[in-house]
Amino acid sequence: LVFTEEDKYGLYSNLLFKYFLAEGIVCGHELFVASAKEHPDNILKELPAPSLDDTRGEELGDETAAVKSEDFQDSMKIAWRYQNLPKMEASPTTHTKFGHYYDVSKKMPPEQLQSIKWHSFYLHEELSSQPKMKACNMNSAYMRLLQSLQRIISQGGFDGSDPQKKPKNVLRIGIQSLGSLLWGDDICCSETPEDAHSLTKFLYVLRGLLRKSLSACIITMPTHLIQNKAIMERVTNLSDMVVGLESFIGSERETNPLYKDYHGLVHVHQIPRLNSLICDVSDTKDLAFRLKRKLFTIE
Amino acid sequence: QGKFTLLRDTRTDGSFLVHHFLSFYLRAGCKVCFVALLQSFSHYNIVAQKLGVNLTAAKERGQLVFLEGLKSCLDLLFGEEEEQPGQPSPLQFLSESTSDLRALFDFVRVSLTPTDSDSWKGPVLLVDDLTVLLSLGATPVAVLDFIHYCRVSVCSQLKGNIVVLVHSNEDLEDEENELVVNSLCHHSDLILWAEGLATGFCKDVHGQMKIIKRVSLQQVGEQDLVQVYQYKIQDRNVTFFARGLSAAVL
Repeated sequence: LVFTEEDKYGLYSNLLFKYFLAEGIVCGHELFVASAKEHPDNILKELPAPSLDDTRGEELGDETAAVKSEDFQDSMKIAWRYQNLPKMEASPTTHTKFGHYYDVSKKMPPEQLQSIKWHSFYLHEELSSQPKMKACNMNSAYMRLLQSLQRIISQGGFDGSDPQKKPKNVLRIGIQSLGSLLWGDDICCSETPEDAHSLTKFLYVLRGLLRKSLSACIITMPTHLIQNKAIMERVTNLSDMVVGLESFIGSERETNPLYKDYHGLVHVHQIPRLNSLICDVSDTKDLAFRLKRKLFTIE
Repeated sequence: QGKFTLLRDTRTDGSFLVHHFLSFYLRAGCKVCFVALLQSFSHYNIVAQKLGVNLTAAKERGQLVFLEGLKSCLDLLFGEEEEQPGQPSPLQFLSESTSDLRALFDFVRVSLTPTDSDSWKGPVLLVDDLTVLLSLGATPVAVLDFIHYCRVSVCSQLKGNIVVLVHSNEDLEDEENELVVNSLCHHSDLILWAEGLATGFCKDVHGQMKIIKRVSLQQVGEQDLVQVYQYKIQDRNVTFFARGLSAAVL
């Protein structure tokens, strides 16, 4: 379960969220996209196109990155959580090629999107069906999301419950801006929220669903709005991987000459320690990102 | 026998201690009830194999009772209606308005009460990790009551041991968490406290371990014995060394 803390205006976490989904399409995985903010159909229309050639060589020659300031509007934090899947490195080094590359200046062609199966959960359009889930004193939006997810996992055979199902596939789950007011949660509004446990209960049940199925999930959260440190620690504890994006927009770091080539920092707060005593800690701990016209890079 | 060991971690992952105690007690021939709230059975099984213990075999011969919290929670919330009336889910508190952990305690008690055919040495209760119960809505009082009942049953009546892992970080103003952790500290016979280094991540030293033997509980006027080591976690082993003397430095 990968948990990403959104950067203040959400532009970059939004981008990473889309990268995760785009990779799913290219790999032929099934997608489940949930949001209370944007209709998932629209999110899926805006995915970056896979680049057909190695664009890295091109970027080196493309020195001046023209980044429009009007683009930096939305805020999103993305959270990743991985479950029983090989870890995905955010920045491929020159020696390894893992995953695929994308061109952010182009959109994924609709035919490619149609080639895979996907499910969307847009909170405001979800009808409250018969609850198949026992009451557990949780925020109703979260409950509906869990029910929907559990149904897809079980019907899609991702949890191995149906041995006759066709070859195993992976379900990629993306949940946008969890914990925000749009989900009916007030943890972003006050330091002592009325319902302090819905989010953590939700994450626990989600973790259970992920652990028993072939799935990986990314969650973004506007953690800069959450004032309660205790809740953040509990959320971190329930996640496998926690990454935070800090953009330089509007901060004093914007003019710091040290960061002139970058748009923000990547903070890796936690990495998964699964099936092993040790975890895969890389030597590099100071990571920064930049968004050029075609490529988003983390170095 | 009859000891309560508290495993505590701050700014780091102390689960390596859980893996150690699990394989330690199983190899010693004890009957173990493991309340695993955060990870799946296969995670512990894979690590245990590296430490020389087969959890599946231990379960099959009745030596290990494993409660997989995540699975239990799903069974409770999404499970079918027909449940045996005499056997409520150990995590029953999740779907009830009261948050007492009686069902969880009953599960522990039944698991560790020896049957006639049992020939295991001493029962052990292992919990990873207790503070997750707070995230699930249990009150600190309910959690402390649960531990109290377990102590009476496992330590006093059955002469067994209890090992519990808790997360804590005093900087984070998590009052519920600190209440539980501080209370448990007072009543522990042994505290193993793993802390991330104050100076941040280091490749050769993963953290610091404080070992506190609560001698003051046994004899009035005696001071607790505190030892501090640093450690490095490896694939099948954890090495301990005196502060500042990691192999990388020498």
